[in-house]
Amino acid sequence: MSWTIFFTAIISSMLINNVVLLRFLGVCPFLGVSKKTESGLAMSIAVMFVMVMAALVTYLLYYLVLVPLNIEYIQTIAFILIIASFVQLVEMFIKRFSKKIYKSLGIYLPLITTNCAILGVAVANISENFIDYGTLPGLALAVTTAFGAALGFGLIMFSFSTIRERLESANLPESWKGVPVALVTAGIMALAFLGLAGIV
Amino acid sequence: MAKQVKKSKQELSKLQNLTKGFLKENPIFVFLLGMCPALAVTSTLETSFGMGVLVIFVLVLSNVVVALIKDFIPKEVKIPSYIVIISTFVTIVGMLTEAYAPLLHESLGIFIPLIVVNCLILGRAESYASKNNVLNSAIDGLGMALGFMFALMAIGFVREFMATGAIAYGVFLPLPFEGSIVNLETYLFNIAVFSGPAGGFIVIGTLLAIYNGFEIRKQKKAELERQKLIEEKKRIALEKKRQRELESAGGKA
Repeated sequence: MSWTIFFTAIISSMLINNVVLLRFLGVCPFLGVSKKTESGLAMSIAVMFVMVMAALVTYLLYYLVLVPLNIEYIQTIAFILIIASFVQLVEMFIKRFSKKIYKSLGIYLPLITTNCAILGVAVANISENFIDYGTLPGLALAVTTAFGAALGFGLIMFSFSTIRERLESANLPESWKGVPVALVTAGIMALAFLGLAGIV
Repeated sequence: MAKQVKKSKQELSKLQNLTKGFLKENPIFVFLLGMCPALAVTSTLETSFGMGVLVIFVLVLSNVVVALIKDFIPKEVKIPSYIVIISTFVTIVGMLTEAYAPLLHESLGIFIPLIVVNCLILGRAESYASKNNVLNSAIDGLGMALGFMFALMAIGFVREFMATGAIAYGVFLPLPFEGSIVNLETYLFNIAVFSGPAGGFIVIGTLLAIYNGFEIRKQKKAELERQKLIEEKKRIALEKKRQRELESAGGKA
């Protein structure tokens, strides 16, 4: 096993299997928080932090607790509890650490619990069988994949929110204003991203 | 079906409670809840139907349980306990699907565990079931989930039709027969993009715009009626005023 596998994992989860546009994970915050570039960026930073940490913890939990005890079927419940408590922890930590960051991120943090990208990436990491590479390399691969997915989320959030700021002032028919035109824009972006398939 | 008929025989407010999810408070077209499955599993009509059935099951049961134990849950751990209840039912549903409809389980894939984070289910538990009794919560859950399924199937129908020119059944669900409801055999004119990710976004956006168009037309009509009513009232008031003036003028003379 060489280092290129990690690079491949980042590129593949960031661009080729982009979480928002090609795997439809995290569409709710993608539509909800992308009206302004600043809030979009704040959301993606929070998501990146929670996603990487959640991938780390859920992977360890699955292979160190659930598999030895033979209770893999409890996976969904365990993962969502981990994520929910993790979000709570992050919220408390940021509140203590910096009031300023808490003010700008505060309202997005509870939203992250119901962000399907976090749970989706955690579950996908397990079903991809990274354990075949061995426990530690598998863990590293899972975390790298989550990091790449978060980077992809941030990339899409940023580019989409800049497009959307311009769409606000566009002269559109009344019924297309707001979400419908945003969805069609996302569709065109997804078409563009389809072209990246197969570069790795 | 029998359940529905029995329920609709009760007072009208319960029927309204059941039917509000279809158009007036449709989870997808109005509230934009549960967009991830609405995009991901609607590439064919059948998978959308399967997802809808799973959501009906989970939403009704979780609403019932939340309404049953709402008085015992401390306020501080409300959301985590709802999530645990929902994920329990999602796990059950996932196991049942894997056993009885393995092909559906395979094609829905990761989106079965992701029903847990479907904002629609948590939203109904938080905003309705935690404040109402068991029966009303069950009806609300059924109505909302049916509305969700209706929206999913509308999207799935358009996408499958545009992509393959046919609506097939018996592919993913364990039906004893296979075939297609519509088959135009228009192999030359199929647009495969519509079954892919890009098509999902575009179809939902277009359907949303059509829905918005109808709503805006309805609002404009209501506004016009209101304007007419106001003008009518103004006219009547003016007439009365004139009459009074005339009378007072007559009195002076």
